[in-house]
Amino acid sequence: MIEARSLSKRFQDKKRGEVRAVDNVSFICQPGKIYGLLGANGAGKTTTLRMLATILEPTDGTALVCGYDVVEQPEKVRANVGFLSTATALYPRLTSQEMVEYFGRLNGLDEATLKKRVDDIFNRLDMNGFRDRRCDKLSTGMKQKTSIARTLVHDPPVMIFDEPTNGLDIMTARTITAFIRECRDNGKTVIFSTHIMSEVEKLCDVIGIIHDGKLLTEGTLPQLRQKSAEQDLEEIFVKVVAPHYVPSEAN
Amino acid sequence: MSLRNVGIVYRKELTEALRDRRTLISTIIVPLFLFPVLSVGFGALAISLVGKAKEETPKVMLRGGEDSPAVVEGLKKLDKIEIVPDASNWKDQIINKEIRAAVEIPVGFQADVARQKSDTISIYNYEGELKSEFATDKIEKYMKDYRDNIVKERLAAKNLPDSVLKPFEVKRANVAPPEKVSGAAFGGIIGYMVILLCMTGAMYPAMDLTAGEKERGTMETILSSPISRMHLVLGKFFLILTAALGTAALSVLSMGVSFSVLTHYTQQAGSTNPDAAALALKLGPKAVISVFLMALPVAVLFSATLMTIALFAKTYKEAQSYLTPMTFVVIIPAVAAMLPGVELTPKLALVPILNVSLLCKELVAGTYHWNFIAIIFSSTCVYAGVALFLAIKMFQRESVLFRS
Repeated sequence: MIEARSLSKRFQDKKRGEVRAVDNVSFICQPGKIYGLLGANGAGKTTTLRMLATILEPTDGTALVCGYDVVEQPEKVRANVGFLSTATALYPRLTSQEMVEYFGRLNGLDEATLKKRVDDIFNRLDMNGFRDRRCDKLSTGMKQKTSIARTLVHDPPVMIFDEPTNGLDIMTARTITAFIRECRDNGKTVIFSTHIMSEVEKLCDVIGIIHDGKLLTEGTLPQLRQKSAEQDLEEIFVKVVAPHYVPSEAN
Repeated sequence: MSLRNVGIVYRKELTEALRDRRTLISTIIVPLFLFPVLSVGFGALAISLVGKAKEETPKVMLRGGEDSPAVVEGLKKLDKIEIVPDASNWKDQIINKEIRAAVEIPVGFQADVARQKSDTISIYNYEGELKSEFATDKIEKYMKDYRDNIVKERLAAKNLPDSVLKPFEVKRANVAPPEKVSGAAFGGIIGYMVILLCMTGAMYPAMDLTAGEKERGTMETILSSPISRMHLVLGKFFLILTAALGTAALSVLSMGVSFSVLTHYTQQAGSTNPDAAALALKLGPKAVISVFLMALPVAVLFSATLMTIALFAKTYKEAQSYLTPMTFVVIIPAVAAMLPGVELTPKLALVPILNVSLLCKELVAGTYHWNFIAIIFSSTCVYAGVALFLAIKMFQRESVLFRS
């Protein structure tokens, strides 16, 4: 389970002064559910997810991931999390198998368990054809599969996906969305950020709309439809965000 | 602290480094081939060029001397000198290297000598130009011999022995062993080369493992793993240190082999070419090991400092622009140690890089000042420790890791 408690992140910017990238955000993600964090570019999705993955430290507030505090026990949190984004690239000079093994070892797996786990994952994701190929020689689809294998190798109960389909072609994106569903079906806690409405509609059990660092509303899709009296998710999003929207030129 | 985690990161970084062409070039190829090229190559080339210059028959212009046939005859008989007749543009000919020198014999020189009146013979040359200097030397030697013969004849005429002009001899003799003589001549260069190669060996991995990771987008990947940032930075640091030490070790090894080859070559050439013997260097295994041991803390200092600086950069290119000026920061004190008269003092023993460079000079010469060795080793260890501490701190700063 993930429980964000008044999570906040402030940055100092030379031109803009203090920037509140995430402002007092609280939500709960349950095991076996997909929580979708929906927001425009710069809304604070990536910063929120990076704080949950303990890549960034919150300025205020905290979050519990599998019962571990992101501020107090960041290494335990990371051991229970699989983090995947389009920014999490692969080491170009390692082979696909070496990449996955490296992360398995960093997650404390012993060699026997690691071998079994790697073989299982490579069979399941149909990766045996390129397991000894260097990552810089892989196609986009192969790279995504390797990234998925990397996040799965320690079988984490929590999966964090930060705009994982961004810039991917339709076939590769489908591999990712299928994988996200599979994670949910296996009882994992899944949080997923995107600005693509159709992905949210297809995947998410609970949706949180984030704008300018603030979580403006959350609920299941039927709940959001009821609250906003709109059927289409894009219309719901616009209706929720519009009162808070300030054009970028005004910032 | 988990050594296992540090080891996992180190092994992975080593695997990647061994597959990176740039790292291999700076760590293995450059140190292995730089010394042989610089020492054996340039040494042999210099000896050969000097030999060729000496073999050349220079043209020397004779000015005047019509009334001094004996001197002129003697000059014309000189081996490997071609005497050319006087021309009004003799200065231009020397500058344009058409002739190598001009010798001017004053009017009535021979008669003046007979009358025991002192005259001046002028030799005009192109100062600093090797072939012109050789021609001048030959003419000068002939004129000095000619003068000495006249003096001898005058002494003989008066029944006086040669010793009248030489009441005593002055003789110099070297008591320093050959390794100290060669160490004094080459020690500075060796310290400089080891320090510089330690730096270049560390430079590429330092950039690749920090700014390179940011640029390739793998920094976020590794930060999402459970490894602590201290273990991560230590694993990376040890790889950079390995590259720096590998470069230093290979350079010391290559240096030892190169100089023994050069010594062998110059000993053979020495019998026919006395200049060649001056290039010989005796470098014992003790000196090689000592230099390498002193390079250890320097390598730690460089590895940690370069890693800290490169971490600020967002891209490999930006890291290069930060680290290239660092080469000068290292070269200046390393070169300062080669300046004549710069010796180890208690104050200089605390100046990083300069102290090790000066000490290397002493070590190569076989001199072991244990007090200085202790001060320099411990002070460099302290600087290295501070640099490593800073590197670990930098890896914990979000503003550095995610600088935008």
